[in-house]
This record gives sequence, C-alpha cells and structure tokens, in this order.
Amino acid sequence: MDPNQMQLLREIQQLEFVAIELTLYLDTHPDEQEPLRDYNQAAERLNQLKMQYERLYGPLAAYGVSTSKAPWQWSEQPWPWDINY
Amino acid sequence: MWIYEKKLEYPVRVTQPDIRMAKYLMAQYGGPDSELSAAVRYLTQRYTMPTNRTKGLLTDIGTEELAHWEIVGTMIYKLLKNVPPQQLHHAHLGGYFTEHDNAVYPVDASGVPWTAAYIQATGDPVTDLHEDMAAEQKARTTYEHLIRLTDDPGVKDTLKFLREREVVHFQRFGEALNEVQEELTRKKVF
Repeated sequence: MDPNQMQLLREIQQLEFVAIELTLYLDTHPDEQEPLRDYNQAAERLNQLKMQYERLYGPLAAYGVSTSKAPWQWSEQPWPWDINY
Repeated sequence: MWIYEKKLEYPVRVTQPDIRMAKYLMAQYGGPDSELSAAVRYLTQRYTMPTNRTKGLLTDIGTEELAHWEIVGTMIYKLLKNVPPQQLHHAHLGGYFTEHDNAVYPVDASGVPWTAAYIQATGDPVTDLHEDMAAEQKARTTYEHLIRLTDDPGVKDTLKFLREREVVHFQRFGEALNEVQEELTRKKVF
C-alpha cells in the first residue's frame, strides 16, 4: 500500500477510535455536553476523511453506503488481513 | 443490520511467522473468553435488556467485539501465513492442519472448537450484566498472559490495545448495571 494511502487509513482509524470510545461513553452518560460535542466533531471530521479516502482509493463500504466507479471497485483494494502495516 | 467497513479497528503488525503464538492466540479467537464469545454474548443478551441505554450499549460493545474478532483473526492469519505443514506438526498444530490447513477456524488454544455453551443469556439483566463484567475481566487476564508469551513488538502492541478495551468495556458494563438496578428498584417502589 502506498505511504499516502497508509497515512490516510491510519488517520481514519485513529479518528474512528475516538468516535467508538465516545459512543460507548455516551451510551452510559447521555446527558454530558462536552463528550457529545467531541463526538460530533470527530464524526464530522471522520466523514470528511472517509470521503477523501474513497475518492482516491475506492469504497470502504458497500451495501449502498459508498458509490463506486466502473468497474465495481469494492474488491479491488486489499482486504484488511492482507495489508502490511 | 450491519455494514462492513473494509479496514481494521486497529492495525496488525507481525514481524515474522510464529506458529506457537498463533496457537496461543486461538484462545481469544475461539476460546471461552474469546472475542467471538463476547460478540455473540452481548448481541444475544441485548434483546431482553430492560432499558434503551443498555440495549444500545450491548449493541455497540457487541459490534466492537466483532471488530476485535477480526483483529485476532488477522494476527493468526499473518502468523500462520506460508508456514509449511511440517512446522505446524512440530508446534503441535498437526491435528489442526489436518482439518483446517492454514485457515483461521474458531478453536481455543488447546484445539477445542467454539461452542455457544461458553455464553449465557438468562433473561435476567442483572445476572447477564454480571456475566459480561466477569467476561471482560477474564479476557483482560488472557490478554495479559498472551502479552507475556510473545517478544514480537507488533503483536504486543495490538494485544495491549485489545487488553485496554476490555478495561473500558468492564467500566461501561458496571455503569449499565447501576442504571438497571436503579430502574428495577424504582419500579418496585411505585
């Protein structure tokens, strides 16, 4: 995987981790304002990064979440267990 | 409905094939306190939880456990990649090779296949959440054993991430248990 793609993927993983952690926290602390603000910021930035990644390297998700150029791009990029970090 | 995202939650770096470590990691892939058990346990128990918050938490942690199952599967896959059968035999994985070759099949570290008997769903939310907290502690302990069994810095790093998640999940389940107990007490009073 080229270094630019890897770097963007790592940024997405890091930001998504923030979103996962805050999701679980908010599940049991739904009234707290600050983590909610952080969650919304992370979600917005994460969506931007994913759109950028998909524009450059193809879809991260199928099932109607992301669009594909022709031919069908879903299986073009390596699967997660075949990536060398 | 679940949507698959074509990436790991956390990167998996493996320096070189290590059959012994792959075998030990099976504990967290198909053992009693494995990520598979965790995912199926929480995603099964969530239907009969009494509060929306707890249904949400079990759904979200259950989903994260599936991502962890993929991480552990990826580690095993990479540690066994291109290893010849003779070497698997020497690492006491000959029986495994006979049935599964280099495939990633859910057994525990001793080769016992995964079974739903590893998990419970009693319909009693207090009981189920106690099981969940215990399961997180057991998985944390298993990760600590696994971290001691490898010198590979990449494998150690990923295992430390997974260990830390067990601690966070334990914390969240404890909070959910408090909420459920308050809810049940409140219902009894009025």
